[in-house]
Formats: sequence, structure tokens, C-alpha cells
Amino acid sequence: MNTMIVNREKITVPPAWEKRTLLDFLREYLHLTGNKNGCGIGVCGACTVLVDEEPRRSCITKVETVLGKQVLTIEGMEQNDGSLHPLQQAFLDAGAVQCGFCTPGMVLTSHALLLRNPNPTEEEVKQALKGNLCRCTGYVQIFDAVMKGAEFYRKKEGKTDE
Amino acid sequence: MSKAWRNDGYAKVTGKARYTDDLLCMDVLHCVPVYTDFVHAKLHHIHTEKAKKMAGVKRVITHKDIPGTAWFGQIFQDYFMLATDTIRCNGDVVALVVAASRQEAIAAAKAVEVVAEELPALTNPLEALDADAILVHQSKGSNLINHHKIRRGAPTAAWQECDTILERDYETAPVEHAYLEPEAALCIPRDDGVMEVHGSMQHPFSTRRFVAAILGTTLANVEVITNPMGGGFGGKDDTAAIVCARAALAAHLCGKPVKITYTREWSMRESYKRHPYHLHYKIGLKGTKIHAVECRIIADGGAYTSVTPWVTWRSTVQCCGVYTVPHVHADVYGVHTNNVFTGAFRGFGSPQVNFAVEQWIDECAAAVKMDPVRFREANMLRQNSVTITNQRLDSHIVSTAQVLDAVVSESDFANKVSACSYGKGEKLYGIGLALVYRGCSLGAEGMDFCSAIINAQFDGSILLDVGIHENGQGAESAMILLLEKHLGVTRERVRYNRPSTSHIPDGGTTVASRGTLMGGGAVMNAIRRLKEIIATALHAENGCAKEDVSFHDDRIWFGADSLSWEEAMKQMYLARTYPFAFGSFAAPRVSWNEETGEGDAYFSYVYSCQAVDLEIDAKTKNVKLLHVWAAHDIGSAVNPQMLKGQIYGGIMQGAGMALWEDLHQQAGCIQAKNFHTYRIPRTTDVPKIHISIIENDDPTSPSGAKGIGEPALELIAPAIANAVYRATGKRINSYPIQPKLKGMTL
Repeated sequence: MNTMIVNREKITVPPAWEKRTLLDFLREYLHLTGNKNGCGIGVCGACTVLVDEEPRRSCITKVETVLGKQVLTIEGMEQNDGSLHPLQQAFLDAGAVQCGFCTPGMVLTSHALLLRNPNPTEEEVKQALKGNLCRCTGYVQIFDAVMKGAEFYRKKEGKTDE
Repeated sequence: MSKAWRNDGYAKVTGKARYTDDLLCMDVLHCVPVYTDFVHAKLHHIHTEKAKKMAGVKRVITHKDIPGTAWFGQIFQDYFMLATDTIRCNGDVVALVVAASRQEAIAAAKAVEVVAEELPALTNPLEALDADAILVHQSKGSNLINHHKIRRGAPTAAWQECDTILERDYETAPVEHAYLEPEAALCIPRDDGVMEVHGSMQHPFSTRRFVAAILGTTLANVEVITNPMGGGFGGKDDTAAIVCARAALAAHLCGKPVKITYTREWSMRESYKRHPYHLHYKIGLKGTKIHAVECRIIADGGAYTSVTPWVTWRSTVQCCGVYTVPHVHADVYGVHTNNVFTGAFRGFGSPQVNFAVEQWIDECAAAVKMDPVRFREANMLRQNSVTITNQRLDSHIVSTAQVLDAVVSESDFANKVSACSYGKGEKLYGIGLALVYRGCSLGAEGMDFCSAIINAQFDGSILLDVGIHENGQGAESAMILLLEKHLGVTRERVRYNRPSTSHIPDGGTTVASRGTLMGGGAVMNAIRRLKEIIATALHAENGCAKEDVSFHDDRIWFGADSLSWEEAMKQMYLARTYPFAFGSFAAPRVSWNEETGEGDAYFSYVYSCQAVDLEIDAKTKNVKLLHVWAAHDIGSAVNPQMLKGQIYGGIMQGAGMALWEDLHQQAGCIQAKNFHTYRIPRTTDVPKIHISIIENDDPTSPSGAKGIGEPALELIAPAIANAVYRATGKRINSYPIQPKLKGMTL
């Protein structure tokens, strides 16, 4: 199987790309440049995407290991009507964005946390984001954003329960 | 809590913001740098034949291909954008490989062969001024970059009058900026003969000068267009400009668009760092007053001058902290070594001196058995005080007492000091504080002026251009918010023009925490002019006196009647009058005497106090920050949420420098090559941070605002060192502190 789902769309992977990194594939083949290359060794978290709802360092992930799976990049976070996902809105409202280079990875890692745990403590937020570096914000407003954004996931969970 | 706002926020949370490497361009070639293993060497030959034959390679470029000049620099033109006859540090680039793909270029770079003769290297800055020192630049005849002095009072005689004398040595490490986006440039040779430069840089106008120099062309023939930038912190001034110049050279020679994107390893190897300092202080007290200070400071400038003379000048002006000292003898040297060069970094020469001064202040207080807060109060500059450069502080409100009081009371400092461990127990607790001031903007070190253009359109929308740069700090948003407040329009009406060096005069670099102050000053003057133009053109037609025209609630008012901007701008065009205003702001006069160190060094100052408490595990010796309390008088807050973001970010960057960030060089080679070995602060390092914003509108700033980028960072290191002392009973006079602690017995 040489396909994967990227942002809910089925993508056929040309064989030449299978041995390349997922980051290069997303950026150079699909032109999804939202995820960034900050270190190239899987330490800074700027390249984070979700693979089957789990955060993955796309700069050290081979395309062939992701075949058949669901990939979510920052470009797939927007709502179907083009409006911002409430978590993205929370990042804006909290002032969690400065240079913005870490932001896509931060949003996606937080999204994975909140899907799993819509009611995290601040300590759990810190642990979840430990592998995402930010040099601008000192992280404080990022924690605020995730705590605020969590409200949406709790509401959504409430609805599923009904 | 009010919601934050920034004009580029939507693009950044959606991944739509296009940073330089995200830009797509048809037919683009990829370029990579070629390094050598040398630190200091005579360069004999560069063999490019093998590399040229490799797959995809279009061109291999050496200094011989440069149509303009190979060397450039902001102060002295001693930086070689491509090495010519000498390799002076491990970050030097000897060639560029251009290929159809990045992979091919990287593969071919390994095939470039360099024939060179290794020379002994100078890596210890303390040996740089020795008579027999190895010379980094033979032609200069010395390794001295600069020598700044302060000669105040009569220190030699004053020592006789002192009853307490302390002598201390301090050392600081080089620090990596660690902007998350590595350097990148995309250069396009345009059909009109202009070289179009897109890059990750924080000084487009300086970049333009570097590009014009390497191409041997005029400034008008180069257009630098800036894109979202993934952090700078002072680090994307020279290095970024050089990367852009190399891409432009390659684009010029190949006649095609060329992109260079750095890896983290190249970035850490080549880019300039924060200056490591060696500081020796002798401090004399008369009773509880600081009476005399003598200091000798050596800053390692590395292989190239960059902005070392300016960085060390700020250290000179601020070498005695925010205190009154009647007798001062200060010598501050910038010297060359074969280490990777050093340059601008948020703080710009103040973090190093603050680290020393704010520790010896605590030690002086202890020596005269005085509370550290009372001792500071007894010695600090106040309204109308005279600084060590003989400047009377009467142009603005001197708020040392305000910031100190805020932190002392918010942190409950007195009670927490009495709970400190001084080395006793398993969990060692300590609290410390620091009090500083910082000269606003560039001061006597540079040309300090900026401009803004407000260009209202026929339909009432407004284009705004300002000669400052968005580094991520929210500069553009601050300018838009000034229009909202002072032109009385909604922010939605305003479009911030994507900056281009061809559309607005050179506004200088967006460093020195000067964006809001200088750019804001220019915007304020442009607003004043635009109001005058509109009022003059429209008052009669709308039946009121010129003085009765006012601007608020997104409308233009003529007495009690008003027009929408849409209606009013249509009237302007029908009256054949452009609603277009150019405003500029030049910093008030400053002065400096190089021989005596006297002068009105800066036209205003920011006052700051920070305290920190922490816990150290006596066994593992790991430091855990618990709380930080920060008070800053920033004049006037333009965008409060972004202001807080600057303070949080500055504190954590400063904490990283103070505790963990270890960029040591082994024989001139940077040891940490990426983020796995260079540890910047992570989420789990963040303490509770309490911020007090103090607003005393600054009369020297048209918007009332001063700056915060650097004040936020420059004083947490000594506060941490003072807290570590109260926790352990040990003074640590060098940073990073954590590795030093590991080697100590507690």
C-alpha cells in the first residue's frame, strides 16, 4: 500500500519518496509548509505532525513507516468552513504566538494531548509540551492557551456522552 | 484578561505564514556553504574541479568570482563573506556549491578540496593583547578592536578614603541565540536589473548594504523584502545579512533564483554568539556608600569586529549598574581571537556587567551588614541623580524606587530572605533580586532615526509603512495599535505594508529595544501630519474651523458633524489632495567623550527589578526555579499581552543563559552542534512568573513608550546567582551556573 491520508485526503506516495523523511514529503511534495525544520534531529518539535492522533517528529520519520496511516498537519486543523479551530483561537487570544515558528508544532502537540485528556493540569500540559522548544514566549501564554483551549474538548466530549 | 491581538496571528496559527524557506519559486537553484576543519590557516588553493563534475552541480563559487568586495561589516569591513587568503575561525566559509537540488549541493560540498597551511590559533582572549600574541588580522597590527574608558573623579586618592574594599572576578560564557528558524535566503535576479532578496533577517537595510557590496552595485539596485522571521534576538543582523549576500552572489552568477537554507549545525557553527566576558572589579565603600569602582573588562570579539565596539560601549556606560559612584576608573576592551565571532544578542553588553555588579552589590551590603534592599536604596540613582558618565537624569521619571518596591512587596522578599538555607538541609531554598537600568535605543553608538508612511486610500482603507522590522515581537501590531489609538481608526481599516527597502527610507536596525520607541515616534509624527493635511483640505467644505476637526470613533469630525473615512477620503481625492503623510523621528541628542567617558549617553532609560526564588536538591544539585517577580517601567504599554510575552520570554532566555546554556569552544571549535547538546529552557523549567508593569509616560518618546525586549532579559542571571548564594552559601561568579554547581561540594 503506497497511500496515506493527509488532512483527510488520500495521497498516493511516489516510490522515490518512500525513503525520504515525512517532513520533506509534506513540505516539498505536498507543499504543506506549515510544519517547520528547526533542528533536523527530532529535538525541537517544530516539525511535529500527528500520525493517527499521536505526535510524531516528521523530520526523523521515514515516509514508508507512515503508509496507510492518517497524518494531520497544521493545515488540517482549520474547521471545514475555513474558520479557526478553537485551540488555534485560544493560542491567538492568549498571546501565545510571537515569531510563530514553533506554533504549528505546539498547536498539534497540544491537540493530541487534549484529544486524549481534555482536562489536563498545568503540569500535564508542561509534560506534554516538554519536547517542543520555543525561544520567544517563555511558554507561559502557551500554557494559558492550552488550558483555555481545553474547554472546547470537554464540551465536545460532553456531547459525545449524551 | 484582555485578549491578545497581532496582525500576523492568523497566518501563524494556521501555518499559512510563509517563512523564507517556505517560499516556492520556479526554477530555483540550491546553494550550500563549504567549511574547512581549520581554525586559523593560510589558504593556498581551493580545488573545485571534482565538485563541479558531480550530479546536478551548476557552479562552485569562491572569492575569485565576487564582482564586488569579499569583505564587509557594519563598523569595520573585516568580515570575509568568502575567505580569500586566510581562514580566521572554524565558521569561515571558503566556497559555495550551487546545484539543482539541495541534496546534490550538500553531496558536492564534500568534494571541494582545500589546500591550506595550519597556523597556531589564538583562542584565549586574555592573551590577545600580549606583545607576542598571534595576530588574527595581520594588517591591523594588533588584536585590539576597541578600548572604551570612564575616568571619573580621582579613584587613586579615593581608595584611601574607603573603609571596605572588595575585589572580584567574573566570567561569562558565549551564548547561542537559538532562534528556532535557521538562516535562510532566496534571491531572485529580476528582469528590471534589481536583485530581489527575501531572507530571514532583522535588519533589511544592513542586509541591502552587504548584498550591494558583494555584487558591487548600488543600494537602489537591491530590494530586500522581508517575510515572517522565526526569531532573531539580535542574532539575525550580520550573520543573516551575510547568508543573503552569498545567495545574491550565487543568483547573480547563475542568472537564476537561488535559495540557501541553513541546517542547525551550520547555523551554530558559523553564526555569531553573545560575547564572553572576563570582568575584574575593585569596589570601595565609605560607610554604606559606594565610593570608588575600578574595573577592567575584556570581551572576546572573536575573529571579526561585527558590532563589538557598540556592545562593549553599552557595557562601559552601565559598568557600575544603576548606582551613584563618585570615583570610577573603567577600561573595557574588545579583542580579536580565532574563536567564532560575537555580535549583537538581546541585552547587548548589559547582561555580562549586570551579572557582576548585581552580585557585588549584594556582597557589599553583606560586608557592611546591611539589608541588600536597603543598601540598594542607599546607593541607587534617583530623580536628578548624576550617572557615572556625568549625565543628570532629569529628562524622564527615574523609577528605581517604584520598581524595587513593587518586587520587594510582591515577592514578600524580607520574609523569604530569612527562610533561606545557606547550605543547610536537603532541599536548599534561596531568593535573590537584581535592580538595573538600561539606556533606551542606540544611544551615542549610532545614527538613530526612523520613518513612517501613512497612505490613506480613496475607499478609506489605510496603508501603513514603518522602517522597523517584525522579528516576532509584535512590532507591526504595535504600530497599528498606535494608529488605532491616536488616529482614532479601527485596526481593521489598517493594512501594514509588507516591508521593502525600496519603499521606505533606512530606519536602522530593529534591535536595542527601539522598535516601539523609534518606529512609534515616527508613526506619531506621521499621524500629526496626516491630521493636519486632512483638516486643512476639508474643514471649510464641512463648515467648521480647522481647529475643530477631530479624529475618533473611526470617523472624522467637523464640530458636531462627522464623516466616515470612506466619505472623507473620497472628498480628499475630489479636492486633489493626497491623504498621504510621511513622518520621521530622530532620537534626542546624545553625547560621548571617548577619552573621559563623559556624556549624555542615552536620551532616556528603562528601570527594572526582578527577584527569583529557587530550590536546589543538595544531592543532585539540580536547580529548580520556583517564582519570578518582575517589575519594569516601560513608559507606556502599547499592546499589554505582547508586552507580557516579551517579559516571560526574556526571563526564560536569561534563565537559560544563567543556568544551563553551555556553548564552550574546544580550541576554537563550537562543541554543541544542535539542540540535543545545547540545552535551552523547556516547558518543565518554567516557574510561576508575576509581572508588574509600571507606566510613567516618557516625555522623550512621542508615544510615551520605551522598550522591553532587552530589559526583560538582562537582570535575571544575577538575581539567580544571588538566590543560589542564599540557597547554598556559595558564590558562583561565572555562568552557566548549573554545570559549576555540579562540580561543587554543597
